[in-house]
Amino acid sequence: MTSNDAVRERSREEQATGSTAFFEVENLGIRFGGVRAVDGVSFALRPGEVFTIIGPNGAGKTTIFNLIGLIYPASSGRIWFDGRDLTGLAPHRIAELGIARTFQNIELFEHATVLQNLLIGRHRHRRSALWQELLFTPGVRRAELAQREAVEKVIDFLDLAHYRDSLVGGLPYGVRKVIELARALATEPRLLLLDEPSSGLNPEETDDMAFWIEDIKNDLGVTVLMVEHDMSLVARVSDRVLALNEGRPIAQGTPAEVQSHPAVIEAYLGSED
Amino acid sequence: MRFIFKTDYAQDIRIAKHGGHWFWYGLLLALLVAAPAFAGEYLLTQLQFIAIYSIVGFGLMLLVGFTGQVSLGHAAFLAVGAYTEGLLQAKGVPFLISLPAAALFAGATGIIVGLPALRLKGIYLAIATLAFNVIVEEIIARWEDLTGGNAGLLVKPAVLLGQAVESPAAFYYLCLALAVMVCLGMINLLRSPTGRAFVAIRDSEISASCMGVNLAKYKTLSFGLSAAITGIAGALYAHKIAFLSPEQFGLFQSIEMLTIVILGGVGFLHGAVLGAAFIIFLPQGIAIAKDWLPPGVATSGVQAVVFGLVLVGFIIFEPLGLYGRWLKIRTYLELFPFYRRGMFRRQKAYAKSERLR
Ligand SMILES: Nc1ncnc2c1ncn2[C@@H]1O[C@H](COP(=O)(O)OP(=O)(O)OP(=O)(O)O)[C@@H](O)[C@H]1O
Ligand SMILES: [Mg+2]
Repeated sequence: MTSNDAVRERSREEQATGSTAFFEVENLGIRFGGVRAVDGVSFALRPGEVFTIIGPNGAGKTTIFNLIGLIYPASSGRIWFDGRDLTGLAPHRIAELGIARTFQNIELFEHATVLQNLLIGRHRHRRSALWQELLFTPGVRRAELAQREAVEKVIDFLDLAHYRDSLVGGLPYGVRKVIELARALATEPRLLLLDEPSSGLNPEETDDMAFWIEDIKNDLGVTVLMVEHDMSLVARVSDRVLALNEGRPIAQGTPAEVQSHPAVIEAYLGSED
Repeated sequence: MRFIFKTDYAQDIRIAKHGGHWFWYGLLLALLVAAPAFAGEYLLTQLQFIAIYSIVGFGLMLLVGFTGQVSLGHAAFLAVGAYTEGLLQAKGVPFLISLPAAALFAGATGIIVGLPALRLKGIYLAIATLAFNVIVEEIIARWEDLTGGNAGLLVKPAVLLGQAVESPAAFYYLCLALAVMVCLGMINLLRSPTGRAFVAIRDSEISASCMGVNLAKYKTLSFGLSAAITGIAGALYAHKIAFLSPEQFGLFQSIEMLTIVILGGVGFLHGAVLGAAFIIFLPQGIAIAKDWLPPGVATSGVQAVVFGLVLVGFIIFEPLGLYGRWLKIRTYLELFPFYRRGMFRRQKAYAKSERLR
């Protein structure tokens, strides 16, 4: 650990009481060159809710996810999870803390089977040491079977049994979208980030997706933070909605409130001039 | 065509997936164990080399084939292993201690080299590892007090449990046993979380990281393990060659090692063995072919040329290597007459995702 890290670690401890919310984003911002892709975004999630971020193309929605995932360092602001400041952690720590995500354009392991993809999701639940794995001790074997069982539960939940041993690369787009959701669920997250779960899906698949999101919330009790364009899906599954335009928050409230908010209508239709 | 009906989860983590595996690998092992009884001295030497280079192949396959990190400097780890073994041997350290020492020391070197790998990718990583190779070669040549420099270092036969491993058969069994052990270790690793993390890094760093894989830790670990395995091969190499000098561990050796992996088939353990067998038998094949060429054509440069042509040929025409070719032939035979061209072609992704870095 460098002294820099140590300082950061200490300051993190000092601020460890900064948020009491389940998950909170405070004054988040990032610039790319001259562009303020995200600027002064704040919101807090209640445990067990579905919170949706909407906004026109380029509004900065995906960038917020990348900031939460610590893929980009934020230029300003803080992110709290369980009263813990996430800024400055290494990206892999996010998954370890129980936050999983899907990508807008699907980031799966294309050359692996569905099963292998989901097993990677179990990475944060591994317990074995390297020497045990090299010998494949009975303990490792038992753990592997337990991981497999956990993965099978997700496969049942999302109805993927048919594709279990297929290579991901050859599967239709809609199925891969579900596999990515499955992989995120395999991590057993407490917070799930979904980037446009319905994009590229046909109406039937979108309908399934809506059911699953409801099930994830009601049956698994996972909190969901979602980015979505399909307003009927948004209205159906979301408890609260945040609207974003050009990186700045413009409205927040129930789906109906936000949808009828004048600033939101203007952002989507464009202003008169 | 064989259909495997799955009835329990344990089936997927079994080493042998069906009875045929037991039979064929059992037969192969039996043949290898019996080899000293029927193989002549020359063939036995070739088999020793194949075992040693298979270990090299396994080590490099772990890094290149399963973690997706390229290395043009693996001869340096072979050198570290070989010299560690040679020097400890000269001090009278028994093989059971000097061998792990060679592996550990090479592994530690690998971890140090792995650190820049955290920031470098592709061709830049290749150049960095190549530079490392040159540095190690130079250190060995200059540090004459320790290594004997360009004058070389003589290595006596290994002493295992108080017995000198002198006869070709005994040394062959030593190489075979170590190759099998390394192979089993690799198989075990690849069906465990660590192996899966390596493959995840190879396929998509961004996804791997989002699934909680610590990229820095696993890349360094892969370098370390790969180097340690190469160090084991180096120790055996030292005893096989019996005379070490720096120029044996130059760039050409590194390329030859990489050839094993590429020819054999990147991402297949079988490929490491096939690749090793190929490069060991290639010089002999060339020697035989020379007899048929008109005199004057065949000169000493032929081997390097053939080597290069084969390498380039495989990269262009058969990126999956020898093992990939075998898979295709087997599928063709199993499916006859239903095989379609392009069955192995990877489908293009519908939308290439946002590449975040
Ligand atoms: N790595 C980057 N470098 C430079 N600019 C970026 C980068 N990532 C995003 N941007 C810019 O930030 C802005 C917001 O992009 P973002 O991808 O977050 O939009 P979005 O709301 O997800 O849009 P969409 O609905 O199209 O997915 C855009 O103007 C984009 O060009
Ligand atoms: Mg987006």
